[in-house]
Amino acid sequence: MSTAPDQPLVAGSTVPPTRRALSRLGLALIAAAGLGGCAMSPPQPWEKGNLARPEMTMGGDALDQRFVQHIYGSKEAASGGYGVGGGGCGCN
Amino acid sequence: MKTTPRSLLRLSALCLTMLAAPASWALDAGAPAPDLNLPGLKDAVTLAQLKGKVVYVDFWASWCGPCKQSFPFMNELQSKYGAQGLTVLAVNLDAKRADADKFLGEVPAQFTVAFDATGDSAKRFDVKGMPSSYVIGRDGKVAAVHKGFREQDRKDIESRIVEILGTP
Repeated sequence: MSTAPDQPLVAGSTVPPTRRALSRLGLALIAAAGLGGCAMSPPQPWEKGNLARPEMTMGGDALDQRFVQHIYGSKEAASGGYGVGGGGCGCN
Repeated sequence: MKTTPRSLLRLSALCLTMLAAPASWALDAGAPAPDLNLPGLKDAVTLAQLKGKVVYVDFWASWCGPCKQSFPFMNELQSKYGAQGLTVLAVNLDAKRADADKFLGEVPAQFTVAFDATGDSAKRFDVKGMPSSYVIGRDGKVAAVHKGFREQDRKDIESRIVEILGTP
């Protein structure tokens, strides 16, 4: 296995610099659009069936979770945000 | 593919359309109610066939706790105001029909139930939370919108319905 010494090592080096810049810009735009795609379609309120399943919540034991939340609620004067169970409007 | 300024322009136009947030208009009181045409327990359910009646449209799912709480209330509404021209129509939005059927086996529903696994009707009604209810007046316009359900909401919803039943 041998390579000819007069060939460029990097294939991309034959591409003119302006075109390289353009393709880089194109790639950046595609990446930016990809980022936007993540935030594009959050699940609709009616699509949260799987998210509402008990196994989707943090922690396993319901009683223990309730106990922890009770203490947290009394200390922080705030509650909610533990899983999805409908409501969807902050009314638990 | 050759990268020319024109193809770059096309690409950036595509990116911009992808980034543009989809606009949504809230369905508020006073707006004409979008039509519904969904399979029910027996026959298809449409809003058009209920024209001239006051319709309480409720969007629910089997996994939603407050929805379960609202079922006895909707039974009560139907039995109390059915004679005065109220129809309670509960649209199920479960992705799997089996989940809805199981729920209906546990929680009795003495009102009209329709099924929309696609969620298309919820999109048209601009449902922002589960459950959501819309009272449609005799004129086919949305008269009241209620988001969520709590036991203490009963009185407010009921008095609003009585008011709407009283308007021709």
